[in-house]
Amino acid sequence: MSRHRDVRSMEYSNYIDTYDDLSEDSMEEDYAVSPSVQQFIYDRNKEGAITSFFNHLDNEDNKVVCDVVYDEAALKICRDAIGDLLVDIISESELKKRIYKFNYNVEAVINSVLNEPNEGLRSYNLSDFIAGNNPSPEELPEKMKPTVKVVPTTSKNIVKGFDVSVTENVNNLTIQSESPCVVRNQELKSKADSNRKKKGQASTVNLLQMLWYCTIKGKLRSELPITLENSEQPRVKEKRDALAIYKSKRESCKENLSLIMVGHVDAGKSTILGRLLYDLGQVPDKVFHKNQEESKKIGKQSFVYAWVLDLSEEERERGITMDIGQSKFETDNKIITLIDSPGHKDFVPNVIMGVAQADVAFLVVDATTGEFETGFESGGQTREHTLLLRALGVTQLAVIINKLDTVNWSEQRFKKIVMDMADYLKQVGFKEPIRYVPCSGLSGVNIVENVKDIEKFSWYNGPTLVEVIDGFKSPERPVDKPLRFSVNDIFKNAGFGFSIYGHMETGMVSVGDKILVLPSNETAIVKGIQMDDNNVTHAFAGDQVSLILANNYQEKLAIGHIICDPQFPVPVTNRFQAHIACFNINKILTIGMPVVLHQQSLVEPAIISRIMAEINKSTGEPLKKAPRYLAKNMNAIVQITTERPICVELQKDSRQIGRITLRIDGLTIAAGLITKIE
Amino acid sequence: MKLVGKYVDKKGEGDIVLVPENTEDMWHIYNLIVEGDYVTCSTIRKVQLESKTGSSNNFRVRTTLTIIVENIDFDTQACVLRIKGKNITENKYVKNGAYHTLDIEQNRKFTLKKSLWDSVNLERIDTACDPTQNSDIAAVVMQEGIAHVCLISSNMTIVRAKIDQVIPRKRKGSASQHEKGLNRFYESIMQGILKHVNFDVVKCIILASPGFVKDQFMNYMIQQAVKSENKLILENKSKFILTHSSSGFKHSLREVLTEPSVISLISDTKAAGEVKILETFYTMLQTDSSRVFYGKNHVLAACNAKAIETLLISDKLFRCQDVALRKEYIHLVETVKKSNGDVKIFSSMHISGEQLDLLTGVAAILRFPMPELEEDGSMEN
Repeated sequence: MSRHRDVRSMEYSNYIDTYDDLSEDSMEEDYAVSPSVQQFIYDRNKEGAITSFFNHLDNEDNKVVCDVVYDEAALKICRDAIGDLLVDIISESELKKRIYKFNYNVEAVINSVLNEPNEGLRSYNLSDFIAGNNPSPEELPEKMKPTVKVVPTTSKNIVKGFDVSVTENVNNLTIQSESPCVVRNQELKSKADSNRKKKGQASTVNLLQMLWYCTIKGKLRSELPITLENSEQPRVKEKRDALAIYKSKRESCKENLSLIMVGHVDAGKSTILGRLLYDLGQVPDKVFHKNQEESKKIGKQSFVYAWVLDLSEEERERGITMDIGQSKFETDNKIITLIDSPGHKDFVPNVIMGVAQADVAFLVVDATTGEFETGFESGGQTREHTLLLRALGVTQLAVIINKLDTVNWSEQRFKKIVMDMADYLKQVGFKEPIRYVPCSGLSGVNIVENVKDIEKFSWYNGPTLVEVIDGFKSPERPVDKPLRFSVNDIFKNAGFGFSIYGHMETGMVSVGDKILVLPSNETAIVKGIQMDDNNVTHAFAGDQVSLILANNYQEKLAIGHIICDPQFPVPVTNRFQAHIACFNINKILTIGMPVVLHQQSLVEPAIISRIMAEINKSTGEPLKKAPRYLAKNMNAIVQITTERPICVELQKDSRQIGRITLRIDGLTIAAGLITKIE
Repeated sequence: MKLVGKYVDKKGEGDIVLVPENTEDMWHIYNLIVEGDYVTCSTIRKVQLESKTGSSNNFRVRTTLTIIVENIDFDTQACVLRIKGKNITENKYVKNGAYHTLDIEQNRKFTLKKSLWDSVNLERIDTACDPTQNSDIAAVVMQEGIAHVCLISSNMTIVRAKIDQVIPRKRKGSASQHEKGLNRFYESIMQGILKHVNFDVVKCIILASPGFVKDQFMNYMIQQAVKSENKLILENKSKFILTHSSSGFKHSLREVLTEPSVISLISDTKAAGEVKILETFYTMLQTDSSRVFYGKNHVLAACNAKAIETLLISDKLFRCQDVALRKEYIHLVETVKKSNGDVKIFSSMHISGEQLDLLTGVAAILRFPMPELEEDGSMEN
């Protein structure tokens, strides 16, 4: 098959991890046949460097092999890094000598040259040269230490020729190449308190790999100098810890916010979203025109906006949304991910999935006489969706009162609905102030602009829909927590390969990262990350991204699986305890009750295996131990057993993965928080 | 099942000769035989004979053996029953006390001897031998990506095929992958039905799903059948019934079986009856919780007060190894019957029975409210 491979455009970094799997020893064997024995040959060019040469030998013993390879390439890197800056000041051979002396530490070399008292160049501001890769202040003194003439023989500085700081440098210099080993280094760095020596070794291997790869690809020569040049300009600082990377990547951008539309069937969720996207110019005219024609053909002209998000044949034919649809647009301050959800009772599982990914929500109600009431009745979705929002931790909410044109823009009707909703929402427990926005999705009034020429609507002068969206606050992103990514969709991405789409719960992921999929216990490598069809290098908590994986895991992955950092795996169990609150629904829970468990995008049959205790709603004190049953509105601690093991996390550790929703016979009967993993 | 002979004395000791006829009967037999019973059956035994010169000869002989049951093994998927025990009728091939495993085969008679035939056992034989009891239906519960093809007979629900596939979602700009995935999924269900459902036997095939999956599947199946000229499906088109269920998991069969349109078709099926009673139990728990009890201690207390109107009990409890415990349950059933109560023995092979099993296996609807007991019945198990 090799002739089918496009070798030229092959991404070596995709394969690099395979080599990582080999043990360190075998690594070294590979390199034993390295191109040079320069190590052992005295080079006259290294004027007077014979001392350092011997020093080298003395310290090398068994790790010599590494050094041989390292020597050439690293020398080149350092030489290139220093560039022509110092050539004017000192001779080429002197420079080389210094590079050896300072273990390829670029700063140290530069420092040593610039600090040379007789050079008289002190006036140079150091940071001008090394802004891109300067060490943090507290590390600096340590690195400056080796400015003494004779290279110290203590293992600390010389050990195997690799001071940790070296890799740090390389790390910085090559960060743009996104090679996996670099990323791995970052990981290692972030665990800075761990054994320093061990860390150094690991980095060594990674560095070697990288060098080896680069050499194969010729990448090093072609690319490194460029990156190095960049690094000398004061550009954005790259640090190893996730928070800093997040800051650097995202600080300049607008905030991300995902927004879900919920509400009863036919309240006009999709239409409002479609209209919004159309008015903002997000829908190509060609597509819109096509939709217009087609909807006219089957006599459903009013669905033309909804079709922007309802893409499948089935949805269009029936005129309802069945699965969550997503789209993106930008407001003045934010990038908004829109999630459209189905309003039909049968598709509540999809709504749960959508809400789990959302930060804020729009609750759409139909102002038409009778329609609002049906949606608001106990069987209506307005109530169920509201409860779901609350149960899944969405706190910011705005109510859209749609189709106000059908009631002649009546202010009274609007006020009545606002009163009803406000009462209910307060009762459910929404604390943050809630905005009420009147609009008409189909005619586009008060979506992007408030059309002033409708006389009857002149009573309203509040914000438009877009302004409301802009007013939402972005929640805090737990970027510094371990990686959790919930799989929402598995598909083949044309031109990229096997991809999984989902929601970043916590942490960050970068291209080249090794990830662990649980509960199927598969490791995979992230080959690429896509965000709205754009390739990116990092994804952070709160993002909705596609991860392109290096291999096909079609059989081993399922929707609802969690992807995590192999070093911090998410707990997997099939039995756990949860604190649940039963909704106001006429269903009784006893032990043995088969329920459908929803957690993030996971849907799994489960059984209530024990009812531990009933709990006082407000105080949280246990009322009764092991009650026989749970009726509506009761709070309790229960033990839940699933058929297959699932990923769970305590609620305190993860906002989303720690939340569950229980459904029976198509009704959401309870929602809860995971309190104990058994 | 055919009853060939019944020789039970007044004390309840004796033997019964039976001929199982279908897989359902295997389930009945599994429930009848307990450790310590004597089973006589024709079987094949591998015999090794050693000649005087030391060479050995292997051959298989058909012989009739009686064994004391030590272990019973029921394979729910294949419906095969294996009984292991020590031989007690010595013949020239098999020594006394030698271990043998009998396979109970369909249409081959066997004799079961018990030291005590209790009322539950005898009743089971009656029901098993009643030919009108038989009615098979097939049901497919599905949702996007998950489907279960089940066969429901009066005493068993067997999942024949479980289909679990990932269907890509609709994506921005195209839904083609989604549709492709759906078709693949429907194809798998259709193959499952063709493979596992015997259209001559089943009365109807219920297709249940939330939303429109069932309709879409039905369309797909008919289209495919027309394309490939599959007569089997086209001829039996009228046997397919579409109904609603909230999910594609096995336990939503319960919803399917309470659907009025389905009940009218399968009214004589034990499965539907069980589901209905359990539903009544739950409704009662909700409306008048002091009139329902569950858990052994609670139910026994209610029985002592002669309060039980309907007793719901899982057949799993009768299969227990502990003779004393089994007697206790038999006694409970008999007392309830004596006091004109209704006893429903749930098959633990049905979903409702499974649920009852988890609910301690025994529950009761009472004639009059009783105060809740102090000690805890729900904590046992």
